[in-house]
Amino acid sequence: MDIVKLTAIEMREKLKNKEISSKEIVNAHFDRIEEIEGDLNSFITLTKEEALRAADRVDNKIKNGENLGILAGIPVGVKDNIITKDIRTTCGSKILENFIPPYEATVIEKIKNADGIILGKTNMDEFAASYSTETSYFGVTKNPIDRDRVPGGSSGGSTAAIKAGEVALALGSDTGGSNRQPASYCGVVGIKPTYGLVSRYGLISLANSLDQIGTFGRNVADAALMLEAIVGQDAKDPTSMDIEKVDYLGRLKEGIEGMKIALPKEYMSMDIDNRVKEQIMKSVKLLEKLGGEVEEVSLPHSEHAWSTYYLIVVSEISSNMARFDGIRYGYRTKDYETLDELYINSRTEGFGEEIKRSIIAGTYILSSKKGKEYYNKALKVRTLIKEDFDKVFEEYDIVLAPTTPNLPFKIGDSVKNPFEMYNSGIFNIPANLAGLCAISLPCGYVDGLPVGLQIMGDRFKELNILKAAYAFEEELSIGGER
Amino acid sequence: MVSKEEVKQTAEMCKLKLSQEETDIFIAMFSNVLEQVEKLNTVDTDGVEALNFLNLKEKSLREDIVEDSLNREEVLKNAPEQEYGYFKLLRVMD
Repeated sequence: MDIVKLTAIEMREKLKNKEISSKEIVNAHFDRIEEIEGDLNSFITLTKEEALRAADRVDNKIKNGENLGILAGIPVGVKDNIITKDIRTTCGSKILENFIPPYEATVIEKIKNADGIILGKTNMDEFAASYSTETSYFGVTKNPIDRDRVPGGSSGGSTAAIKAGEVALALGSDTGGSNRQPASYCGVVGIKPTYGLVSRYGLISLANSLDQIGTFGRNVADAALMLEAIVGQDAKDPTSMDIEKVDYLGRLKEGIEGMKIALPKEYMSMDIDNRVKEQIMKSVKLLEKLGGEVEEVSLPHSEHAWSTYYLIVVSEISSNMARFDGIRYGYRTKDYETLDELYINSRTEGFGEEIKRSIIAGTYILSSKKGKEYYNKALKVRTLIKEDFDKVFEEYDIVLAPTTPNLPFKIGDSVKNPFEMYNSGIFNIPANLAGLCAISLPCGYVDGLPVGLQIMGDRFKELNILKAAYAFEEELSIGGER
Repeated sequence: MVSKEEVKQTAEMCKLKLSQEETDIFIAMFSNVLEQVEKLNTVDTDGVEALNFLNLKEKSLREDIVEDSLNREEVLKNAPEQEYGYFKLLRVMD
C-alpha cells in the first residue's frame, strides 16, 4: 500500500481500523517529502518533530479507545500566511523571515482539535499578492505535473504539495483566485468559501474585504472534509458569520437532478485559450447529462471586474503593509541613522519588488485626487457586480466558468508578460468582490496540462457547489484518486 | 500616466525607495493599469451605494469586555531590539 496515494478520508478510515498508525502515515509523507522536496520546493518550513508528537497523541487516543476528530491522522500543509504559534510564519517575505508568532490562528486551533497533523508551512507569493509562487523570498515552487511550469499562486506551495503526495490536505487563502487558480494549474480541488464562513483570525491580511481562507484536496470529498473542519463563527473575527452548520460530507452525494445552472455569456466571450474553452463546454454538457438544467445568463458588469478589483486590492494592500515598520517585529535594517531611515531602509530591503509596486500603487490611489475618485467609483461598481450575481442566484443554484482562461505558464514567463499573469485571475475575482463561494476542480487535460472548471455558488450555499462538483467528479474523475 | 516625481513622492509617503529601474518599470505598468481603470467611468453609478463591508448589515456588535491579552515577554521575542520590556529604538532626546 502506498500511503501517500490514499485520499485523506481513506487514511483516516485505515487509521481507525488500525490498519496503519498515525506515525506510519506521517513517516510515509516525510519520506515522500525527502524524495521530492529538493526539486519541488513546496514548503518554506517543515515541522517534523511537532508532527511526530501530534501523531503519537493520535496513536495514544486510538490505543485508549478515545473519540477521534474528523481530521484524525491526516497530514495537512498550511500556507505560510496563516499564523502558527511558535512555528515560523513568513508570508514568503524576507520582512517576516524570522517571525515566530506568539498566538494561533483560529483555523489552526480547529485543525489541531480535529486531530489533524500539520507537516509544515507551504510556499507562496510574497504576502499572497501574485499568481505564480515565483515572488516568494524562499524561491520558486515548481508544478509537479510539469516542473518547467509554475504551480499557480499565490497558494502554489499548498497545491504542489497536495499533487505531489507530500500532504493529503492543505489550507490556502484566496483574495482574487489564490486558491482556485493554483488548484486548476496543479490539477487538484480548491475551495474558496463564502466571505464570513471561515474565521480570518490569524490570516495575515492582504486585502481584508476580499481575503478568505480556503481548502485543498485531491478530490472533492477531501477538500470538503477540510472545509468542514474549519468553518464557524469566531468572536475574534467580526466579519465571520453565525451560519447553521451543514453536513457537507453527508450530503455530497445528493446529486444535481433539476439543479439550475447558469452560464454567463460575458465570460465565454472573453479572451480564453480555445483549448480551455473546449474543455469547459464539454463539462457543461456533462453537467446537463447528470440532470442539471443549464441556461445562458448575463452578468453585465463582468468586463469591469478586473479594474474594480485592482483598485480595491492595491488600496487595501498599501494600508495593510504599513504595519511592517521594522520596530515591533520583522526585519530591521542595519543601515540607519534616523528613524525615517530605519522605516525606509527596513521596508525597502525587506519587501520584494511585486509587493512594493502594489504598495505604491495603493498609496497613489488613496492619496491623489484622481486616485480617490477611482477608488470611490470602484466601491460603487463593486455593488453593481454583486447585484448582478444576486439577480442570477434568485433563479439559479450555481454559476459555471473556467477557473482560468489559460494553461499553466512556464516559470519566468510572468516577468516577460505580467499582464497575462494578472489576467489568469479574471474569472476568480468576481467571487471575491461579491463574497461568494466557489470551487475549482479538474475537468480535462490539454497536452498533459490540467484545465479547471469553476463552480460558483450564492453566499453560504457551499452545499450546492460541492454537490455539483462531486457529481461531476464521480462521472469524470481525473483529479486525484478516489 | 504618472510622472517620476509623483512616483517618488508616493514612495516617500509609504516609506519606500525605488531604484531608477524600478521606477521605470512601475511607471510602465501603472500607466497601463490607469488606462484600463479609466473605463470604469463609462459605468453609470448614479444612486449606487458604495460596497464597503460585505457582512456588516447582518452583524450585531459584541460587548466590550476586558480579557487577557498576549504575554509581554513572548511578544517582545520578535522585536529586533528590546530593552527593559520595551521595544528599543533610537534615542530621540539627549
